[in-house]
Amino acid sequence: MTSATSGLTVRPMEMSLEQLAASIPDGAMLALPPDNSLSPCELARALIRRGARGLQLLGVPVSGFATDLLIGAGCVVSVQTSAVTLGEAGTAPRFVDAVKRGTVKVIDATCPAIHTMLQAAEKGVPFMPLRGVLGSYVLAHRPDWKVIDNPFSDGGDPILLLPALSPDVAAFHAIMGDAEGNVFVGRRRELATLAHASRRVVVTVERLIEGNLLADERLAAGVISGMYVDAMAVAVHGAWPLGLLDEYAADAAHVAEYASAARTDAGFREYLDRHVLAPRAQAPRAQAAE
Amino acid sequence: MTVSPEERLIGAIARLILDPTAPPARHIAVGAASPIPAAACWLVKKLGHPVRLSLLHRPTGNPFTEGSRELFDLAGQGRIDLFFLGGGQIDGQANLNLVGTGDWPGRTARFPGSFGSAFMYFMTPRTILFREEHSTRVLVPRVDIVSAPGISPPGTFRRGTAQALVTGRCVFGFDGTQFSLASVHPGETAESVRTNTGFAFRDGTPCVTADPTARDLDLLRGEVCEEMRETYPEFCRRVWDRAAVERAA
Repeated sequence: MTSATSGLTVRPMEMSLEQLAASIPDGAMLALPPDNSLSPCELARALIRRGARGLQLLGVPVSGFATDLLIGAGCVVSVQTSAVTLGEAGTAPRFVDAVKRGTVKVIDATCPAIHTMLQAAEKGVPFMPLRGVLGSYVLAHRPDWKVIDNPFSDGGDPILLLPALSPDVAAFHAIMGDAEGNVFVGRRRELATLAHASRRVVVTVERLIEGNLLADERLAAGVISGMYVDAMAVAVHGAWPLGLLDEYAADAAHVAEYASAARTDAGFREYLDRHVLAPRAQAPRAQAAE
Repeated sequence: MTVSPEERLIGAIARLILDPTAPPARHIAVGAASPIPAAACWLVKKLGHPVRLSLLHRPTGNPFTEGSRELFDLAGQGRIDLFFLGGGQIDGQANLNLVGTGDWPGRTARFPGSFGSAFMYFMTPRTILFREEHSTRVLVPRVDIVSAPGISPPGTFRRGTAQALVTGRCVFGFDGTQFSLASVHPGETAESVRTNTGFAFRDGTPCVTADPTARDLDLLRGEVCEEMRETYPEFCRRVWDRAAVERAA
């Protein structure tokens, strides 16, 4: 669906998927949600087609299919995350291979630390404390994280301080968007924190709707306001092969096929040719969606 | 009635949840890819115990409306009583390694990563460790990488640590310092457990892990399976559909 066929006014922020991918510069810190939380897989494929390089991925708070795909395609220089996994399909093969070969820098974190760093950025404060983590090697490998004694205690009580983190670009795939740039993400409110904290937010949407999402009291609480959204593109079935909330389920067979194919370089290349680089590679998925 | 190994593990975890000597479990959270701990929690609930279950990866009826950070905020406040953790390696001090083996960050064998373990292990009054594979590869003298420490120095804010470690061979208790063998599953002995465990533990005279009761099994194969079907279809098919067919025959 495009704005022409839907009859909506074309606005500056709406662009094609390819334009959206082109707007994410090489070398950017790109924040992505995990597989169960509106992962922008079609955008990841478009980034691969445009030959993106040097991306610094951030998993919010963990990483999955899109991250593995981008790593395998050579688009990634580092990944900051609390875990990379394909869920029921097992380990993320291109990530594991890249760690073994040392071709991608891994900056390990733990889930609440990533949320907290984004919350600090959202509030415009330089850092926020977090309990736990003391004694973990994750902390030992984070020179940017600091431990101080709780200034409100009578001495002692060490506590972790985390620096605010503002990704260059945040990307996710929302169910719907409107002409004001508002997008609906339902209860996945960590995406709202991510949007508030990021310098730039690009969103693919399953569909555009008439009217204003924020005008509907029942939808508003699940909406991220257009004031945070810089660019939007329609990508039908754009989370495939992952699921999208209650819109469609994950294509588990395809993710398993990927997990198996991507165990080898050759298998991954073949997968890329068939499902990412081939012309009109998305046609079967669009049909499957109907 | 034949008891499957999975049903025995579920029963053992359910008994640990209900252990009257442990801190109360009013609110239990279960992470992703944990069908056996999830089934144990459902069993406790279906037995009539008042417990709130927050199942993180349940597609419908997910209790959180603030996204995935809400679980951690709840745990930070002390509003989650019990959580489950595992690890690619677990050692005798209950240290967990979810990062990998060899040099940082897992250059020999990389695991997915620490997830929330480095936080959750400190924040809940108790943690039940679960790892089905019981081998010297997994249960090691000392983990290569500590994702989350089992023991913290005095003065560290920490609400609890491991209550127990349940494996495919046995149940270990943890007293805050070291593991002790609590029970061995049918077919195992203290000796077979020792052979397959890389860390030292107190072995005393372990009993045999009790089977789930007939009522437990009825609930597991009926109501619990129904609750689990949406999140863990593969597990339910493997463990219970086969059992149902065997029962019919």
